[in-house]
Amino acid sequence: MKRLIFIVLLMLVAAYVVWPQRPGSYIPGGDVLPGSPGLHLGSFDRQGAKLGLDLQGGTQLTLQADMSQIPDDQKENAMKGLVNVISRRVNAYGVAEAEIQTRGTDRVIVQLPGVKDIEEAKKLIGQTAKLEFKEQDPTGQWVPSTGQLNGQTVPLTGAYLVPGRQQVTFSGRAGLPDVAFEFNSDGATLFGQITQRLVQKPLGIFLDGQQISAPTVQAVLTDSGIITGLSLEQARLLALQLNAGALPVPVSIEEERTVDATLGADSVHKSIVAGEIALIVVVSFMLLYYRLPGLAASFALIIYALITLAIFKLIPVTLTLAGIAGFILSVGMAVDANILIFERMKEELRSGKTIAAAIRAGEDRAWPSIRDSNTSTLITCGVLYFFGQQFGATIIMGFALVLAIGVMVSLFSAIVVTRTFLELILSQSWAHSARLFGMEIAPNQVGGAASPTRRPVAAGTRG
Amino acid sequence: MFDFVRNRRWFYLLSAILIVPGVISLILPGGLNPGIDFTSGTIMTVQFDQPEDASRVRDVFNQLGHTEAIVQQSGDNTFVIRTRPLSQATTSDAGDTGTSERQQIEEALTAAFGAAQILNLDQVSPLIASEIVRYAVLAVAAASVCILLYLWWAFNKVTHPVRYGTTAVIALIHDALVVLGIFSILGRLFPAEIELESTFIVAVLTVIGFSVHDTIVVFDRIRENFIRRAGESFEDVVNHSLAQTMTRSLNTSLTVILTLVVLMLFGGVTIRTFVLALLIGITTGTYSSIFVASMLLASWHLGDLNWLRVGPWRPQPAVAGRSS
Repeated sequence: MKRLIFIVLLMLVAAYVVWPQRPGSYIPGGDVLPGSPGLHLGSFDRQGAKLGLDLQGGTQLTLQADMSQIPDDQKENAMKGLVNVISRRVNAYGVAEAEIQTRGTDRVIVQLPGVKDIEEAKKLIGQTAKLEFKEQDPTGQWVPSTGQLNGQTVPLTGAYLVPGRQQVTFSGRAGLPDVAFEFNSDGATLFGQITQRLVQKPLGIFLDGQQISAPTVQAVLTDSGIITGLSLEQARLLALQLNAGALPVPVSIEEERTVDATLGADSVHKSIVAGEIALIVVVSFMLLYYRLPGLAASFALIIYALITLAIFKLIPVTLTLAGIAGFILSVGMAVDANILIFERMKEELRSGKTIAAAIRAGEDRAWPSIRDSNTSTLITCGVLYFFGQQFGATIIMGFALVLAIGVMVSLFSAIVVTRTFLELILSQSWAHSARLFGMEIAPNQVGGAASPTRRPVAAGTRG
Repeated sequence: MFDFVRNRRWFYLLSAILIVPGVISLILPGGLNPGIDFTSGTIMTVQFDQPEDASRVRDVFNQLGHTEAIVQQSGDNTFVIRTRPLSQATTSDAGDTGTSERQQIEEALTAAFGAAQILNLDQVSPLIASEIVRYAVLAVAAASVCILLYLWWAFNKVTHPVRYGTTAVIALIHDALVVLGIFSILGRLFPAEIELESTFIVAVLTVIGFSVHDTIVVFDRIRENFIRRAGESFEDVVNHSLAQTMTRSLNTSLTVILTLVVLMLFGGVTIRTFVLALLIGITTGTYSSIFVASMLLASWHLGDLNWLRVGPWRPQPAVAGRSS
């Protein structure tokens, strides 16, 4: 009885967690029936399941860092710096729930859900954004402008900017966009020396080796200035990039995957419908073939689905299309343990055992098979997960994780939950009918020792 | 009771019929029809507001210099287009931010047909593509070794535990070959529909997992019957075990296959190749656990494999249960 209460409580908690944010969309065709009564049960202001980019729409970029100029012992730091700068840029750009992860020693994966202007996002992330100031030598060539700092000659770069203080301004009569920048004290010292030298001469402003503008210096400047000659889009990106800092290493975009949000929504809808039909089909099969035990297994399967989905939401597991396919597949595999037990139970019944003894023997005998076969599936999941992680295939990692969770929950549901329900049903005298087991049972097998007192059959005394 | 063991050579023949054509197709040039995950390139789905003609879409791509573009119609107004990897936007010397090839394509399509929307776009560089293949092969090898070691350990109570692991791994290679072979042939017959992406690797690995799962259930019964039916001949023990687990094998596969059929019908086009691979693999996985793994185990015991010098030189008398 304690076990039953525990299972019911667990089911209620799982159902509460799983309860959809938008109730309509979990029922086939439900979202095309707005306002249909009974589906919209109040507003639940809770986080929905976490969907992968292929389901919610968005872009995934794989960036390859060019480490050829970086000494070996600094590569790790360069990668950390790279991820930091990209995170700052993406956050400032305003992408909600962006994910930035490193893969291997020289690769970064950036996931941008819901980004509309992918080209702009790619420019924002992929540009090194190294700001340099240059002056012309006597031959007219641009050479880096340098100044004296603590007795050393150093070039002035964007590294001396105060993070977060660069902004787009609109100046002049034409109202053209500029980027106003601000140096820290070291930068101001250098900038003062350089502008003093260059009064009435051009100062070249270069981004990633390319000239943006070359204004003529009118007066000595120290801690601030503006960059002109930009389009609005360029100004916005530049301000953002200068605030976040330059990338420590140049990157190139190796891989790009973009999914439109409507396509993703369509996939979600189809997967939900397929999952619901799959559940109905499997339950029907179990009921038709195994009758009463099948009923217990069906309850267990529904609880299995609830608990698994609740775990997905709580961890949270990012659901991808392959992940959902893995889950639906695991619904089919989850009943395997039940089938193993029930087939064993039937064998024991045929050999003349009572129903109660047959259930217990069926479970005992089926256990090694269940244990060994599921362990091997978990091993495969582990290999898949590792392999997915190595080359950044989130789709494969998602599938492996979903299948592994499915296997573990199915062990609980198929063994503990099914047994509890079966005992509950068999505590009723009407349940002791051969027909309900779909096979011949002699009268003397019915009931077992526990039946007359209506206590649960095989009441879990097994060690 | 059906004498499985006596008929084992027929089952080997059936497996050979299933595998040999596929393996020949695999070995011949262009064995598998790889998608961009394995070859690098760009694949995009474009949707127009009204139905369009594929040849007109192709013209637009030709004008942009994408003579390599493969345009396929997937609906009245949606097209799947494959091109080489598109270049990213570069900043020109004048400081203008340039347009990427993707933008150029979008603009050209909009100019030609009105509203055009790129529903999805995948682009993979050659570097990433070659790595996927390498990791896939490594993953299969690693999974096989792990499973072999696990079975060796799990069956250490019976004589020759290594045989159980080995035959289970042979059965899983059998299943992987059936899936790969059938997809190789399908890829030749329907080059447009059957294209292998990284999800195909997931499917093959799932099949491997299921195959072993199924084989273990059968082997487990053989292990149990060795102990329980001590004194029976090896053939009888295997035959009994197979007969006893048959219903379970069929029913479990049936529930999985029913689920997959539902996914095939209602899960959408995107995962159809994936589901088809699973469907073929789960079916052969069930077959191989009974008719390949168990039969090989029997063959090994009965001395069929002596020419390989892997087992005892003479057929051993039935030693069922002696060691336990």
